[in-house]
Order: sequence, then C-alpha cells, then structure tokens
Amino acid sequence: MQPILAGVTIRSFLHDSVGLSPTWAAALAAFLHAFILINTFAVLPLVFIWAERKISGRIQDRLGPTRVGGRFGWLQGLADGLKLIQKEDLVPAAADGMLFRMAPYLACMAAFTAFMVLPFSDGWVAFESDIALFLLFGILSLEVLGIVLAGYSSGSKWALFGGMREAAQMVSYEIPLAIGALVPVVAVGTLSLVEIGRMQAGWIWNWLVFTNPFVFLAAIVYFTAATASCKRAPFDLAEAESELVAGFHTEYSGMRWSFFFMAEYAAMFLVSGVASILFLGAWHTGIGPLDAALESARISGRAADSFYWPGWLANLFGAAVFMTKGSLLVCVQIWIRWTLPRLRIDQVMMTCLKYLLPMTCVLFLGAVLWPLAMTQLTGRTQLFTTPFGERIHPPTDADETALRDASPAAPESGAGSAPADTTSSLVIGHWSLDIGDSPPPPPPPPPAHLAQEGGFQ
Amino acid sequence: MTGAQLLFWILALGACGGAIAVVIAQNVVRMAFWLIVSLGSVAGLFFQLHADFVGATQLLIYVGGTVVLLIFGVMLTASGPFLKIKTSTAELLLSAGIGGLVFVMLYTAVAGVDWNRAGADVIGAGRIPRDQFEEFVAGLEASDRERLESLYMLDESTDDPVYRLPPGRLSASDRDFLVAAWNAQERLNRPPAAPEGGTARPIGLSLVGLRPDRDLGADADSRLSTGYLLPFEIISVHLLVVLIGAAYLARAKRRTDAGGAP
Repeated sequence: MQPILAGVTIRSFLHDSVGLSPTWAAALAAFLHAFILINTFAVLPLVFIWAERKISGRIQDRLGPTRVGGRFGWLQGLADGLKLIQKEDLVPAAADGMLFRMAPYLACMAAFTAFMVLPFSDGWVAFESDIALFLLFGILSLEVLGIVLAGYSSGSKWALFGGMREAAQMVSYEIPLAIGALVPVVAVGTLSLVEIGRMQAGWIWNWLVFTNPFVFLAAIVYFTAATASCKRAPFDLAEAESELVAGFHTEYSGMRWSFFFMAEYAAMFLVSGVASILFLGAWHTGIGPLDAALESARISGRAADSFYWPGWLANLFGAAVFMTKGSLLVCVQIWIRWTLPRLRIDQVMMTCLKYLLPMTCVLFLGAVLWPLAMTQLTGRTQLFTTPFGERIHPPTDADETALRDASPAAPESGAGSAPADTTSSLVIGHWSLDIGDSPPPPPPPPPAHLAQEGGFQ
Repeated sequence: MTGAQLLFWILALGACGGAIAVVIAQNVVRMAFWLIVSLGSVAGLFFQLHADFVGATQLLIYVGGTVVLLIFGVMLTASGPFLKIKTSTAELLLSAGIGGLVFVMLYTAVAGVDWNRAGADVIGAGRIPRDQFEEFVAGLEASDRERLESLYMLDESTDDPVYRLPPGRLSASDRDFLVAAWNAQERLNRPPAAPEGGTARPIGLSLVGLRPDRDLGADADSRLSTGYLLPFEIISVHLLVVLIGAAYLARAKRRTDAGGAP
C-alpha cells in the first residue's frame, strides 16, 4: 500500500497508531482503496456516457440530452442507470445459464481490477509495483474472456459472430498495444507507472512524447490500438448495429448489459490514463515553475514524519490534472467515433497485422537504438531535454526509512530530501538533491524484536 | 488462522476446485471457464508468495493467451450448439490409475522436503559467512542475539569461517524466530525502489548473468554466472518453430481432381 498520509501507508497507520492486528489493518486498508476505486469505476461511465451523448449530438448538429438535471442534462447518466436497474433480468432459453450470467462479471472484473495499479497522482495508487504496466496489460487481457463467453453462451447467432470477431480483434490488438506501450518504457527504463510519471516533471518538453520521434509515433500507434482494444469505432464491429443487431451483447438487457458498458467506458478511461502517464506527462501540468513548486511539496510530503498538508494538496492537484488529461483523451475517442465510418472485419485485422504490428516493431527497435546512436553522434542521450538519469533524485536511505513500515526511527540525516538547497544542475534545479556531497546515512537498524508474527508483511 | 492463511486456503480452493471442475464438467466451454478460475487462483498464489512478475506473467500468458486460444479452438471446432464429452468406463479406470501414480510420485517428492527447517538451505540461510552474520547480529537486542547465536554453530574448519545451521529438527518457536530473522535480513538487503514484491529487477539481472544471490557483493575479478538469456531465446525460437509447424500441419489441404474441375 502506498504512502498517502505523510510518510506512512494507510496500513501501517492502522497497525501502529490505531492498533489493529496486521491482518485487519491490511484488510481495512484494502477495503478503503477498493471503495474509492469502485466509486471511481462506477461514476466515470456515468460522466462519459453523458459526454458521449452531448458530444455526438453536437457533432451531428443537435443538442443531446437537455432535460434531466437542468439545461445540460447532466444527470442523464443517472437516469439511464436507474432505468437499467429496474429492467427485467432476461436469460434466453437457449443460453448456457451459468456462463451467460458469469460473462458480464468477468469483463467488469478485468476492467475494474486494472485500476488497482493505475496511479492518480504521485504515490496515489492502490498497489504500487515496479511492474505496474505489465500487470495492467495482464489484467486487461482478461476482458476478452468475458466478451467471448458472452457471445458464445447467448445462444444466438448474432452474439456468436459478434463475440468471435470481437475476441479476434481484441486479442490481435493487444500486441501493438503492448509493444507501443513498451516504447516509452524502453526510453525511461522502468515499468513502474509512478516512476514514469515522476520522470516527466518540469516543462512540457520533458513529457515522454517529446523524448524521441519513435516515442512520438508510438503514442499515436498506442492510441489507435487502445481505441481498437476498447471496441470503439471505427473498430466497433462487435456492436455493429447495422450488421449484427448488437453483437455480443444482443441478448443482454438491464443491469447485465450495463456491466458491459461500465467495463467499456472504464477501460476507455484506463487506456487513456495509461496514455497520459506514458506519453503526456501524467499528473504534471507542463508549466515549469508550477511543477517545480508542486514537486518539491510532494517530495517533502513523502519524506515527512507527520501529515504534510502542502504535499497532500499538491497530490490532489496532480490527481485533478491526471483526471483532466484522461478525460480529454476519452473525449478524443468519442470524437473519433462520431467522425469516422466503421471498418470491416478484414480491414480491422489487416490494419493490425499488416500495419500496426510492423510499425510497432520498428518503433521499438528505433527506441532501443536511439540512445546508442545519440551517444555516438552527439555525446548525449537526449536531444534537448535532460537525460533521464538526472531527472529524478535516486531514493536515498532516508527516503527508504521514511517509507518502510517497520522502522520507528525518524531520519535525522534527511539532508537528501531537503528541497531548499541544491548545487547540481538538474531539470528544474530547485527541488533536486545534492547528490554526492552529504555522506551516506547509516543503514537503518533491524526491527527490535524479531520474534513477532510473520503473517502479513 | 491468520489472514495470510485464510487467503491461501481461498486461492488453493480455487486452484484445486477449478481443476477438478474442469475434469467433471460436461460442457467444453464450461471447462474453459473453470480453467480460468484455476489458473487465476494460481496467479493469486504467486502474488501471495511475493513473486509479482511471475504472477503477472501467469495472468498474461495463461489466462489471457492460452485459455483464449482454447476457447477459440472449442468454438471453431464444435459441431453442435453445446458440445458434450462422454467418457467410457475403461477410459475412466485407466485415467484413474495414471492419476493415482502421478499423485504418488508428487506426494513422495513433496514429503521428502524438510519443511521443518523452513527451506533454510534453499534460501541460503543454512550457512552464513561470519562477517555477514556478525554484522547483522550486532544490531539486535541481547536476547535475540543470544538466541540466534545459540541456534547457529560456528564452523572454522575452512579459511572462511561460516555459521552453520546444524541439521536436525527445530522446535516450532525456533523455526518462527529464524524465519523472522531471515525476513528481517532480507529486508535490509532489498534493493531500493522496489516496494512490493520487486522481483522484476532480480529476474532481469539474472537474465544477463548478475544473479543477486551469488554475484552481488562478489569480488571485482570473479566471473559472473551464466545468464539465462540464451536459453530463453532458444526456447522462444523453439516455440516459434512449433507454431509454424502446427500451422502448417493444420492448413486447409487443397484437393486436386484428376478431371481438373474448378
């Protein structure tokens, strides 16, 4: 679990200060994180469905919903949700009952669980892992199973064809999606989404999309593959109203149907959020002095003993910036849907296999060779931005002590995390560390009593 | 029962129950669903053992790849709406016999592990060099230090004296104490910026030959271990050959008529 309150995690706060046992502390902390995430997961589709109807209306020269909740119809999503809840729960006679009921939950579970590793701000992530991106793609790949089981178990030919096409499309587009997401990872050198976000503080040219031309193209390819993997037009063969009635969700109505759509809109926000972290600066605004001030507040908050208000507020602002960027990308997806006509299934597969896949392979190769070529030709690894090794202060033992659960000692040698003084010329220059001048702090002492319960660590 | 044990039992029930359900289910697609449950629970078990990279790979490859392939194969080759599989009695008896033999083999392998020593030799805590041992023990409280020194035995027969854990059964409290000690020691040596799990970096380093348990802290002029990258690449080329071979074998064969009708 991640440090949210000062330098302690919620779980250690519950264990040490409130006095719960490790198991109950972990369970309660997990419950809190899951509660926040499931509310996010449920409210975002409401907002995006309203946004889709308004944007599509405007694109088509009409108004969209205008009645529910005032002039702009912003409660229309809620009205839709209420209508869907009270609909009859229908299972066709020819359907395989257990699989038919299970399929929406599978799709929803995959889309929801992937929020576990998505950071909303610096350190504001339910499960920080240094393989966060890998885990995210592993979990997202489970959504295909829900779709395919839905199509198969509905007992209707529209659903079966839609499910098969959809499964082929989603599975094929996972490859350019993953390799396109690997290109900035190769540029930065870490799979951890929080680390990638931290690397992009500063002016807007520090964003990873401007690192090298291969990452720039990879952003476009990633976004295309993400649109396809979310089954959005122009790749929405699975829901092709003119061809397949409604594809894999033909036989679904009411709340089961809405689970599929919650999964779809949540997955849209998820891939947009990942795109904004990987390419567009995560939770940073891109304005140099503002980012410097916010980042120094965040660093002080991470290393502090007690609750550090400016750090928390800076993180809140970062979360707002991140949600804005994700929502903007979702609006771009909505805009593309209502502008471009639909592709045929053979065109969809051809785009993936003949165009996107070779493109991503070439981009990956280029991104891997770019630092080598740059170092040989110009002597520095980046064209005009700071090299990644200098952008972020390495975590000192002081940071590690502050973040570790078991150590009670406050770091006296916190010179490493003081934001005020610096002599090294890093990106922003005001919040970076004095690397190499202060002696390394002593290693933290081992915990006092070893004979404690093993259990949850 | 602690929370970790409860979680383990839930995941183990999912893994084993799902596997049994795969065998028992009559409908082929339902078998695929229970396989998802089983493989997902195994991924959960990997995460509980702090092997995050392996758990994520299990999800990505097995559940997201192999099971999807399975479902495709089932759906494309099923002749009826919901295909059912019936087995004869002879097949049941034969499979029960083979299953029993495999079970006996696995049981003897598992029962042969000395769980009492909590895998001391596996994680390398069976013998600890003297300076490492004394450095760790110096930071402990007196009671813990004495207990640790009483459990380990100094062996000065070679040039580098080591502290050995003598063979023989340990009491339950001794074993728990030692496990806590090893966990604490591991936590001190954990590389920075690897909060939860953090096995990806050691795996990556081991691939190129820098094994954290052997080469980290070794002398500057000692050779690195053999990396795992070459066998990894050989296996991937092997898999590619298998895929191409399977695709070739499964191709639609063109029928040539003697009369040459179109």
